[in-house]
Amino acid sequence: MSATQARTPPPPSHRSLDETPLGATLVALRGVDKTFANGTTALSGLALDIRENEFVSLLGPSGCGKSTALRILAGLIPPSRGEVAWAGGGRAEDHRGEIGFVFQEPTLMPWASVADNVYLPLRLRGVSRRDAGDAIAASLALVGLSKFAEAYPRELSGGMKMRVSIARALSLRPRILLMDEPFAALDEITRFKLNDDLLRLQHEFACTVVFVTHSVYESVYLSTRIVVMAARPGRIVAEIPIGAPTPRTETFRTTPLYGALCREASAALHGAMDADPAGGSAHL
Amino acid sequence: MSEANPAAEAGRVATVRAPIEAAAPGGSGSRPDPARLLRVALPLGLFALVVLGWERWVVAYEVPHYILPAPSRIMETMIADWPVLWASLLQTLKTTFLGLALAVLGGVGLAVLLSLSRLVEYSLYPYAVVLQVTPVVAISPLLLIYMPQEAAVLTCAWIVAFFPILSNTTLGLQSVDRNLLELFDLYGATKPRWAPPWLGRFLSRVKALWYLRRPAALPYFLAGLKIAGGLALIGAVVAEIAAGSAGAGSGLAYRILESQFRLNIPRLFAALVLLSLTGVVIFLALSAVSHLLLRRWHESAIAEER
Repeated sequence: MSATQARTPPPPSHRSLDETPLGATLVALRGVDKTFANGTTALSGLALDIRENEFVSLLGPSGCGKSTALRILAGLIPPSRGEVAWAGGGRAEDHRGEIGFVFQEPTLMPWASVADNVYLPLRLRGVSRRDAGDAIAASLALVGLSKFAEAYPRELSGGMKMRVSIARALSLRPRILLMDEPFAALDEITRFKLNDDLLRLQHEFACTVVFVTHSVYESVYLSTRIVVMAARPGRIVAEIPIGAPTPRTETFRTTPLYGALCREASAALHGAMDADPAGGSAHL
Repeated sequence: MSEANPAAEAGRVATVRAPIEAAAPGGSGSRPDPARLLRVALPLGLFALVVLGWERWVVAYEVPHYILPAPSRIMETMIADWPVLWASLLQTLKTTFLGLALAVLGGVGLAVLLSLSRLVEYSLYPYAVVLQVTPVVAISPLLLIYMPQEAAVLTCAWIVAFFPILSNTTLGLQSVDRNLLELFDLYGATKPRWAPPWLGRFLSRVKALWYLRRPAALPYFLAGLKIAGGLALIGAVVAEIAAGSAGAGSGLAYRILESQFRLNIPRLFAALVLLSLTGVVIFLALSAVSHLLLRRWHESAIAEER
């Protein structure tokens, strides 16, 4: 890795990555195994530290357990062995207010307006609609959908639905945003735009992101660190720090560094797939 | 994700929203659409033609009114016998709507119980199916032995209307997006500290039922209600006919039986027309309710976009 850790100075009005430096571990998976009821071993001996304000991508072929790892982090499913350790202690249930989760599908309630969809996590926490008004408006402003608060999901494009889903995940002001291939079902133009929006959002919002993807290019463009995983059993085979300066723009895609990092990540991924006894059938 | 980017997307949004706003609340009815006009005019025209032909045929061949009354004679009878027919209609309507209301209460209530507990589902659902597949005509004579006549008629209307509501609502309560339920677990798992785990799980199920399953089940329930509305009327009529054969009753179906015995065929036809109209009105009313409740979000209630 020849990349330097240089960063552009932040705009003074924003809390940014530079003021809250990387380092302190926010949450960690320690020796996590997961075996499902049908006997499939999804994860074996997974150890992963997520540090504050990192953008970590879990990159791997399908079936490598990256989504399972994310779900275990969120506390949606329990690990078979090992633990999820949070800074400051406590179990996953105690940290649920600090987690935002975004699925591959927008997963909106079709019967509720955009604002009511964003309101759901607050409503479940017992916040009244009136008290939640400001938080809903702020979340929608973050994703650029202020004008569509009263629209219904079916009136929105795929990209906008995903923005609503992200706004909903942000409504509780999470410390960590867990995203499970959120842009995989979108067209490339929309995906590129949402990639940039996500980066800007993370910069403004100063939160930690764990991002599951099977796209090498997406992971290099977005991340500060890529964790490459292999399948059968799901395990980590490589970690690639992405030292390119943040915030990134489209021009990053044309730099030699980007190309080099893509090749490195690709090589790690192919190594992971060659090591797979069942043969690498995944697509990049 | 704030100021710079929405411009480009706003253009796409405009094209997405425009047709919807145009079509939203009854917007398509404002200009006369030839296809729409034809859909109303054709059945009405056919109806007029058949009635006219019927009238001419009866007059031309001097068909006796106790075999086939002319439409004009049926209308006269309808007006002359209105007090009797009206009282019967009210009786039948009362049975139908009471039966439907009880079916909604029972069907939705049982569906909710089934969704909350597997034990209840396994024990009760087979009996609901048995109740459904046994023809109500065959049950009604028994019911008339064990119950007062009005209660027996009501029970018949209830039995036939109950099942579509139960099965549709059950299906609806189960058709929530799995991911939404997971999201619910993630955000909604704040169980009260004092509660034992089983109570916490139960409370969380009740919460999911109210916030997610209830709205998701609404379209299914309404589809079941539309079927049940027609079936409640059929159930009421079947039971009235069974009761009428035993020599008692006052509903429209009883009027039909009585007219048949007395060879008062014009009145039989008048009662039949009233029953048929009642069924149509019930169907239209329930369709309107369904449209009103779903028009903002459900695919079934949204006008086709061109």
